[in-house]
Amino acid sequence: MAILTTILSVSAISGVLALVIILAEHFLNNYGECEININNGQKILKVEGGSTLLSSLAAQKIFIPSACGGKATCGLCKVIVKSGAGPLLPTEEPYLNAQQRQQGYRMACQVKVKGNLEIEVPDELFNIREFNTTIESITQWTHDIKGLRLKLPPGETITFKAGQYVNFYSKPYAKVKESVFRAYSISSAPSDNQAIELIIRQVPEGLCSTYVHTMLKEGDSVTISGPYGEFHLHGENRNLIMIAGGSGLAPIRSLVLDILEKELDLDMTFFFGAVTKRDLFNLDELNDLQARHPNFHFVPALSKPLPEDNWEGEVGLITDVVGRHIGSGENKEAYLCGSPGMINACIQVLTKNGVTEDRIYYDKFA
Amino acid sequence: MSIQQINPLVIFFASILTSNMILSNFLGMCSYLSVSSEFKTASGLGKAVTLVMVFTTAINYLVYRYVIEPLDLVYLQYIIFIMVIAALVQIIEMVMDRFLPDLHIKLGIFLPLITVNCAILGITLFMVIRQYTFVQSIFFGIGSGVGWWLAIIALAAIREKMAKTKLPRGLEGPGISFIITGIMALAFIGFSGIFTIS
Repeated sequence: MAILTTILSVSAISGVLALVIILAEHFLNNYGECEININNGQKILKVEGGSTLLSSLAAQKIFIPSACGGKATCGLCKVIVKSGAGPLLPTEEPYLNAQQRQQGYRMACQVKVKGNLEIEVPDELFNIREFNTTIESITQWTHDIKGLRLKLPPGETITFKAGQYVNFYSKPYAKVKESVFRAYSISSAPSDNQAIELIIRQVPEGLCSTYVHTMLKEGDSVTISGPYGEFHLHGENRNLIMIAGGSGLAPIRSLVLDILEKELDLDMTFFFGAVTKRDLFNLDELNDLQARHPNFHFVPALSKPLPEDNWEGEVGLITDVVGRHIGSGENKEAYLCGSPGMINACIQVLTKNGVTEDRIYYDKFA
Repeated sequence: MSIQQINPLVIFFASILTSNMILSNFLGMCSYLSVSSEFKTASGLGKAVTLVMVFTTAINYLVYRYVIEPLDLVYLQYIIFIMVIAALVQIIEMVMDRFLPDLHIKLGIFLPLITVNCAILGITLFMVIRQYTFVQSIFFGIGSGVGWWLAIIALAAIREKMAKTKLPRGLEGPGISFIITGIMALAFIGFSGIFTIS
């Protein structure tokens, strides 16, 4: 009998206590529905309170960079929280200096959503998304370069700055068992926002480029994510020198089309280099742009033109051609896209002619 | 004079000065030693412990009077008291997380560790043994908490002042804390005899 009372009473007391804890949690940890206002109303999310800002945003498909998964050890998840965050936590202190704290930066993985929040997130982060595109057309530009036009699903648009890139995901094929992704610059203008164009060169033994060149046909679906990248105009209003080789044309073309569309008052000189004529492409469009726009100058150059090319344009290494045409590099910006070797050589020529290193931007696509 | 007739205020002051949980009874030492390096955190923990002590004495008194004694479960009292303390500390954690999040994160693991702080179970058992009334228990809880808080901030203040001094290598940390506590306890013996509560 005593055993029964013991068991019953201990169980009853534990039951009552458990009930009290459940009730307490329901009333204390229940933050209800909270509103997250991003970038002054650019986007308003309604989320269940109680989790961290990082996970609440990720659940709504807004991906704040994070390397440590919310453990407050990488410091990458900084966002500006204008209101609603509560006091600075000791776990955030090592990653925010005095200036950042004053600007309102907080660590998204440590701030708990307990009420309505107003945050500011850089547009680039805000725009990163995954898209299931369909191949609208494939153009064979040269023997080893293909152009792809990828159409976004109906109703979806991509917001990007000219010069940015996307991650392109291949599917398993032939002997390649897994999906890989590579970065390819967008070659279409940002205004063309329901599709993107890419220029992809067949890299010898390349996993992704071989997939593109051998497996894809019009109508196939391709997953991409983006936009990413810091290779874009920085709003400094300086005249531009652009240098590219081969598929490096992609971001430059995007920049040129964007600048001409927006009618920015910038003078652009684009040096497009190759070895022989068969490696140059898209010349008609670029020559046409030069003819119609006085502020765009197109200088294609071949380093070793073949006799049958009948080449009447510039001859020589791209670095020499640039050196000849650049004039003074003062107060100019340079945008380079091509192999690391070409870029390093061009940086030397540019700095020698007066372009300061902090005004040279490049995308080294190996 | 029977114990029930002692003025609750006497109990309050006695539990701070003559019957201090740490300095006279040496209960609750582990979190006392670990959290006493920074004054602000020590003060925060002391207040949290006081809060837990008040609520646990009150609720455990009621549980003892109305559940344990009538049902003849005195042999289970330790288990039941610990369960109540654990539940209470959980709830206090939730309250702190909601209303005082930075203190909650600063205390970290030491907040749930209050559950196994022997001082908490200690004052409950003292209350049972000395057969305090409800009001006396409340004052006893508050006083013990204040006494614990006083002891930990005194140690934290001394340690902060001593932070830059050079100590013999073996004594750094717990070693010197024990010595300081011992000296403080010696000093508090001077208060004995002023009040009697047991």
